[in-house]
Amino acid sequence: MNRIIEARFIAPEIKLFRIEAPKIAQKRKPGQFVVVRVDELGERIPLTIADSNLDDGTITIIVQGVGKTTKQLNMLEAGDYVHDIVGPLGKPSEIENYGVAVSIGGGVGTAIAYPTAKALKEAGNYVIGIIGGRTKEFVILEDEMRQFCDELYPTTDDGSYGFHGFVTHKLQQLLEEGRKIDFVLAIGPIPMMRAVAEVTRPYGIKTVVSLNPIMVDATGMCGGCRVTVDNKTYFACVDGPEFDAHKVDFDNLIKRNRMYLEHERKALENFICRIDVMATKLEKEDARA
Amino acid sequence: MPELSNKERMQIPRQHMPEQSPSERIRNFNEVNLGYTIELARTEAERCLRCKKPVCVEGCPVAVKIPDFIKMVAEGRFKEAADILKEDNALPAVCGRVCPQEEQCEKVCVVGKKNPPVAIGHLERFVADWERMNIGFRIPEMKPKTGKKVAIVGGGPAGLSCAKDLITMGYDVTVFEALHEIGGVLIYGIPEFRLPKEIVRAEVDYLRQLGVEFQTNYVIGLTETVDELLQRYDAVFIGVGAGLPYFLNVPGENLLGVYSANEFLTRVNLMRAFEFPRADTPIMNLQGKDVAVFGGGNTAMDAVRTALRLGAKTAMIIYRRTEAEMPARIEEIKHAKEEGVQFIFLSAPLEFLGDDEGWVRAVKVQKMQLGEPDASGRRRPVPIDGAIETIPIDAAIIAIGNGSNPIISKTTPDLKVNKWGNIIVDPETMKTSKKGVFAGGDIVTGGATVILAMGAGRKAAKAIDEYLKNSEVW
Repeated sequence: MNRIIEARFIAPEIKLFRIEAPKIAQKRKPGQFVVVRVDELGERIPLTIADSNLDDGTITIIVQGVGKTTKQLNMLEAGDYVHDIVGPLGKPSEIENYGVAVSIGGGVGTAIAYPTAKALKEAGNYVIGIIGGRTKEFVILEDEMRQFCDELYPTTDDGSYGFHGFVTHKLQQLLEEGRKIDFVLAIGPIPMMRAVAEVTRPYGIKTVVSLNPIMVDATGMCGGCRVTVDNKTYFACVDGPEFDAHKVDFDNLIKRNRMYLEHERKALENFICRIDVMATKLEKEDARA
Repeated sequence: MPELSNKERMQIPRQHMPEQSPSERIRNFNEVNLGYTIELARTEAERCLRCKKPVCVEGCPVAVKIPDFIKMVAEGRFKEAADILKEDNALPAVCGRVCPQEEQCEKVCVVGKKNPPVAIGHLERFVADWERMNIGFRIPEMKPKTGKKVAIVGGGPAGLSCAKDLITMGYDVTVFEALHEIGGVLIYGIPEFRLPKEIVRAEVDYLRQLGVEFQTNYVIGLTETVDELLQRYDAVFIGVGAGLPYFLNVPGENLLGVYSANEFLTRVNLMRAFEFPRADTPIMNLQGKDVAVFGGGNTAMDAVRTALRLGAKTAMIIYRRTEAEMPARIEEIKHAKEEGVQFIFLSAPLEFLGDDEGWVRAVKVQKMQLGEPDASGRRRPVPIDGAIETIPIDAAIIAIGNGSNPIISKTTPDLKVNKWGNIIVDPETMKTSKKGVFAGGDIVTGGATVILAMGAGRKAAKAIDEYLKNSEVW
């Protein structure tokens, strides 16, 4: 059982947690993740470690409530516990001094781009950050990113904040302006990562993406997270999660991530139904009181 | 009962294990074998000839004093029987269920030369269950505390048996487990219908009562390295199992609906996907589907029988050799057949074919015939030219074994491994190339059995004890 020290929404449906896990806080490196299980019958979900604090032995994770488990997790508050956390898992990001490095975060992906941007800066890179959201309120970790980015470009799909357009449009613009870019790290929804790969491919820029296949044990035991890269099969949990964007078979990843769509829908419906029943009960109790 | 003559003993037929009927059991996950009654157990125990030189003991990887405990069963002294059993076996309720006795103790049983051998496994199971249900576990004789500490990496059969021996020898023992539950393959791999999880939990609780500490959610190599453990512990035993599933390396293997047996079984056993949505983890809906399992071992049998229980219309084993070469236990094959599993022999998968959405829809197989024996002594399957068939399937489960998990070897550079990544040890002492570090079980041998891993754990415990009494010697 691990105690939640801090829990706050940083965007609609996106919540930041600081959770006690001193060993993981000590060990984790940028790009690594943990597996979390909310309760005794919970599933094991991988979540990237956004940050850690050695003073109070906490790690930071940022969760977007999409399905049953993430929504359930986002209902927890400071003082609550999660049932299990294990980590740090996966290979750390390969951090070098590439020269000019662009760190791209799409939506909640910024939570993963952030620790790597920090590490890239510390390794001596000139770091350009591009962080996108649907609208202004979905642009997260802007202040944190700004600390480690030499240039930072927030983007919004609707133009409500920063650059009007997708993160890829901004990247394209920089390249068309003739900016020299040596390395790109892109983390976000799969279509975004695929689009980034297509933008950098003609320029031959080394581009890395962090993949998010479905996992179970996340230590190499089940092979559920296999991804196709350069026509070979890899286990994202132990061989990744970061891979060469130009070689990833994104189609296969998108399809494999849809494997349990029906189940996910059903689980979420059941969960919301349960919450509604609970809420009605509470309302009645309140009314009686 | 008066003492029987050997002739009289030989006349008693082997007592049949009561079991759930096939039509009933394929609709539930309850245990298939129901266990001996007291009468059945005592009758079966009378079949033992109490040989002066018991070869059965030599056939047991942990050297259980088989005739001694069986004699106690015959006399109805079940408590004493349990005491004898537990001197050598840390997990008798588990071994009584999953050991391949027909390859070990029962294979060499003297009765077996003429008649079916004494049902040693069934009797072991009876004694362990009787103890658990009637008197509960008792604390055995414990040696005084030595003040030394041993870390055990991996909470499976090897680690648990090593932990049990070391704790009774007076060491402080902590078991580190990567998953959220202790038991390793006993929890995530072997299904409920063959080994109820309640039994594994009870055996683990027993070790806890003896003072073994358990740390779950802890991946040695990542959460803490072996070198760091050595700063906190006087010795380390690595029993992490063979935890990296092999795939067939044929086209289409990453289609939806293609699972490793590890993933399929872990979802159902550890994560309880058969209870979805009460449990959060899903498994694909197999109701009315055709499921193919590739492989011929016990894991393949576990997977195919699990698929049936999840509602599969057809559950088939596709194996490239014939039944005679299948490594699975005879009992498992028999149970699978009774339950309606289909066996397609001499067929090697060539390719999985999928639909537009990426779901597997068929498998193309190459028909084989048996040729000359290979290195394993089994006749090698060779392709029949042009004999290719397409079998429609909705799901595929690959159960062709496991390689070694690289997490420990990668993070412990001075730990010597062979080209397959298995840790190299001295077979007598289970000592590795790294001082203070011992290893045993599947991470050393490659995929084997629960009891062999337990035997290795015992051997290592003995060697660790000797090492910690004189730690200069390596």
